[in-house]
Amino acid sequence: MNIWLNFLIDSLAFGATFIYGSTGEILTEKAGHLNLGIPGIMCMGAAGGCLMLNTIGASNLPPVPVVLLGIIGAFVFAVLSGMIYSFLTITLRANQNVTGLTLTTFGVGLSKVIFSKLDPVLYLANTRDYFHWPFTAEKNSLQLLGVLFFLAIIVALVSSWVLFRTRVGLQLRAVGENPGTADAVGINVTRYKYLATCIGSGIAGLGGFYYIIDYMVSQEAYLSVEALGWLSIALVIFALWRPHMTIIGSTVFGVLFSLGGFITNVSWIKVTMATTPLLKMLPYVVTILVLIISSIRNKRENQPPASLGLSYFREER
Amino acid sequence: MSKSQKSETREPLIHLSKRSSISAGKAWAIRIIAVILGLLVCGIAAFLLIEKLQQKPERIGEFYQTFIRGSFSTSRKIWKYLKYTSILLCVSLALTVAFRMRFWNIGGEGQTLVSVLGAIAVDFYLGGKIPEWILLILMFFAALTSGIVWATIPALFRAKWGTNETLFTLMMNYVATFLVSYFLVIWVPSGSSSLGKLKNGKLPIIYNEQTVIILVALLLAIGLYIYLNYTKHGYEINVVGESVRTAQYVGINEKKVIIRTMILSGALCGLSGYLIAAGSDQTVTTNSVGGQGFTGILVAWLGKFNPLAMILTAGLIQMLNQGASQISQDFGVDNSLPNVIVGIVLFFIIASEFFINYEIHFRGRHGRAEAGKGAVK
Repeated sequence: MNIWLNFLIDSLAFGATFIYGSTGEILTEKAGHLNLGIPGIMCMGAAGGCLMLNTIGASNLPPVPVVLLGIIGAFVFAVLSGMIYSFLTITLRANQNVTGLTLTTFGVGLSKVIFSKLDPVLYLANTRDYFHWPFTAEKNSLQLLGVLFFLAIIVALVSSWVLFRTRVGLQLRAVGENPGTADAVGINVTRYKYLATCIGSGIAGLGGFYYIIDYMVSQEAYLSVEALGWLSIALVIFALWRPHMTIIGSTVFGVLFSLGGFITNVSWIKVTMATTPLLKMLPYVVTILVLIISSIRNKRENQPPASLGLSYFREER
Repeated sequence: MSKSQKSETREPLIHLSKRSSISAGKAWAIRIIAVILGLLVCGIAAFLLIEKLQQKPERIGEFYQTFIRGSFSTSRKIWKYLKYTSILLCVSLALTVAFRMRFWNIGGEGQTLVSVLGAIAVDFYLGGKIPEWILLILMFFAALTSGIVWATIPALFRAKWGTNETLFTLMMNYVATFLVSYFLVIWVPSGSSSLGKLKNGKLPIIYNEQTVIILVALLLAIGLYIYLNYTKHGYEINVVGESVRTAQYVGINEKKVIIRTMILSGALCGLSGYLIAAGSDQTVTTNSVGGQGFTGILVAWLGKFNPLAMILTAGLIQMLNQGASQISQDFGVDNSLPNVIVGIVLFFIIASEFFINYEIHFRGRHGRAEAGKGAVK
């Protein structure tokens, strides 16, 4: 296969991690909550899924239940982490930045402790082929496009559809823009905030799980999930709060992120070692530029939700 | 339950209202209870995570003792504890200035890291070629300038176009990290990307090498307390934080205040970076700041953005951190255990703020009596 095509598919597959992370964060932000706990939640999702695979690893279950149980494990762990955040910020109205950062500290730490106890043979080696379906037999980068990759695309498209084409999505966006008004027209603000934050966390958690099980298939991969979580939060801005845009955005991020490693293999491009960090810096610089440009253009549909980061207390109007 | 369902007026089970005021003693009592509860939950988590504790549950007493021993068992540990508490305090003081005006500067990590880089760059190129005291001064200004530049860029855009500062400063952290790895590749051609300790550019030793850092941090805390509470600048910062409209109404130029305050915040991050570079490390890695820019946010928030209270909260967080790393050594657990422990305790403290800020009324005799009063009126 052509190396350029190979590289593109690889970036696409890498990007799916961000699709999960950003789609989850977009749902949360649309409910008015800036969840800086996403890196921690992604780590916890990864830990949950791998813990599940580690538990059932020796039981010789057929592929379909193994894949499903892994996904469920990741989702449940991530939702549980999201519940901590939701309870503190929605019910107890705590500061969202502080709670999110604490959740990241906690989640990253706990996931590392859990991973240090797992057996990579059980959760990685025995299951790798199941997750690479339908391209298990392929020897090139096509095999990276497994079940969870396609699930990511579906999740992003469905989230966009729900957010922008259904009544539920309209009400959710109303909650994020102005919870007071939403409350006044009879929308259950608390329920929407809880659902959006918890489902969003669950989706983000799948991102961490995907990265380890499907994309990297490495026992050291869990160490880099946190950095990808922060990049996912950046991608939300890049995608202008639209889940379907994360598919394009994540590919761009994937290309930028792995470009450094790739162009050293291309003979006619001369690079020095020093270029790699600069290339890795690009996704963040591009995100800053998007943030600046969208705030200068000041178009209403490209802005963060109006009440992002503010707690809602009904009696404080 | 059935009785309350029968009652005619459907009053919610729990009713919340914002407290108008709470005595300082009561507030601190609630916080201390939260820390104790958090530590109890840490014990439960320890049982789940630490195998040596599962085999010998009686070691749980040792588990709690290690929290104290980790920071205070030897004089070397005490000095280490004081040094890291001081650096953490400096970073969080730098951030507090911005938080007071509700400018969510979560870029302390990057601002400090760039300052370390700036100071070390001067040290790397000029160290040994000029007198040591000139070198130290140049390093100081390099650190300050770098911190200021890193903090002012987001501030300018926030002041001019209202660009979201939380996300902007967050991104700047990563740009800083990769900038450091870029310079490390250039400075260390061997490819190991580890600079090693430089010979020059070390702050003079007063009593021991930690004293300077500790003194600077304490003076900074006191100075900022006065600046924020007793000067015109401090007052303007508070007004902008409370309400931008009020600020505009009383004739405060809020853009000027935002930029001026962020210059100060960046400069103080620069000072923290200088302390790390010249006071302690004499080198730079991508992990030079080690997450203290993020922990500093929590320290500032826990101390209610009061510089003097933050001395205590920085001490608490550093004690938990150092104690938990001692535990992970003694009990043979992964060295990420401190994050779990600090996270759990912080969750409880965050939750406790709710009970300080809000009053909870349960449905019941008391509530019914009040409802009755309302009906008479």
